[in-house]
Amino acid sequence: MKKIKSVELETGLFILLGFAAIFFLTTQTTNIESYLSDDGYDVTARFEDIGGLNIRAPVTMAGVTIGRVEQILLDPERLEAVVVLKINPEYHQIPLDSDASILTSGLLGGQYIGINPGGSFDSLVEGSEIEFTQSAIVLEDLIGKYLLSVGDE
Amino acid sequence: MNNFLKDFICSIILAIKKVGASTIFLIKISSCLPRIIYTRPELVIKQIYNVGALSLVIIMVSAFFVGMVLGLQGYDSLARFDAETSVGAVSALGLFKELGPVVTALLFSGRAGTAIASEIGLMKTTDQLSAMEMMAVNPIEYVIAPRFIGGIISMPLLTAIFNAIGITGTCIVAVNLMGVDSGVFWSQLISNVDLADVTEGIIKSIIFGVAASLIAVFEGYNCSPSAEGVGLATTRTVVSSAVTVLILDYLITSAII
Repeated sequence: MKKIKSVELETGLFILLGFAAIFFLTTQTTNIESYLSDDGYDVTARFEDIGGLNIRAPVTMAGVTIGRVEQILLDPERLEAVVVLKINPEYHQIPLDSDASILTSGLLGGQYIGINPGGSFDSLVEGSEIEFTQSAIVLEDLIGKYLLSVGDE
Repeated sequence: MNNFLKDFICSIILAIKKVGASTIFLIKISSCLPRIIYTRPELVIKQIYNVGALSLVIIMVSAFFVGMVLGLQGYDSLARFDAETSVGAVSALGLFKELGPVVTALLFSGRAGTAIASEIGLMKTTDQLSAMEMMAVNPIEYVIAPRFIGGIISMPLLTAIFNAIGITGTCIVAVNLMGVDSGVFWSQLISNVDLADVTEGIIKSIIFGVAASLIAVFEGYNCSPSAEGVGLATTRTVVSSAVTVLILDYLITSAII
């Protein structure tokens, strides 16, 4: 009888330890909040060139992540990239005339969208479009321009 | 030469036959599973103890050292790119997606698979399985199924423990020994590891659990009833499990990525 109790105790400990490990892995070692914050409002922005922007790239304002890139499409008529941004609902007072630019974290890091606040009293709402955008800076273009300008002198 | 070719073809046919036989065996076990879990859960708990709880020590010690060596090697390799702060992210991805499930499965087949195979093999050698059949007790239901399901339940839990202890080992080496800032270590890790990476490892481990447990019970159940046959069954369990796990690992990874 005593042996069976010890078996049950140790099995229970093992299973609890296993679930504790799963809990630790899923909550402490992953950026889980990006999965939880599925709600929010969608804002679109048009870019001439998005460079290497990916879906789920962060959208930041003053360096703080306020949302994620939800979708990237190509407008078949204007031949521009349309980027759908999902902004967290707690940031609902972003001025309507804010501008969005595609930035790179570090020299070779991933690309993200930075939003600079404008001065309007109206705020971005579901479905509104950010009019002022700045495309991604493509390193190869920069080098090409630099070489051209050197050649002119 | 002709003989050699004949043997080669013969061994391929035998291998295919074995795959078929183990699949049929899997179906037989599966048909008994719901009833044994419902009517005799204590048998399953006993096997989770044998297979899982008793493997804890070897899993934890191995995980700690695998994690520590990942920290050392990762730091050394990444320092050549001036990216040593990413050591947490790189080690965690390698550990969660690949090393955790695979090393756990290999250790599992070595520690638990062999035990299962030799136990069942010895039961067969000493005619215990035939005795059960004589009493109208289905040995697949009472002997095989609990061991099989015990292995499947234990594998993902063992893998999760392996991953958690492993990343702790990496953290200790990278932060305390190599001097990576602990805040940077964890922030890099958290921002680069997705929930999908953790679940990929757990899904892998469940599939490995099915494969390793099936091979162990199959080899034990089908061993030739002699001292030599039991030994051969144990050896085959380790060899087949290792090869199957590594092949499956490639297939699953290529399907997920």
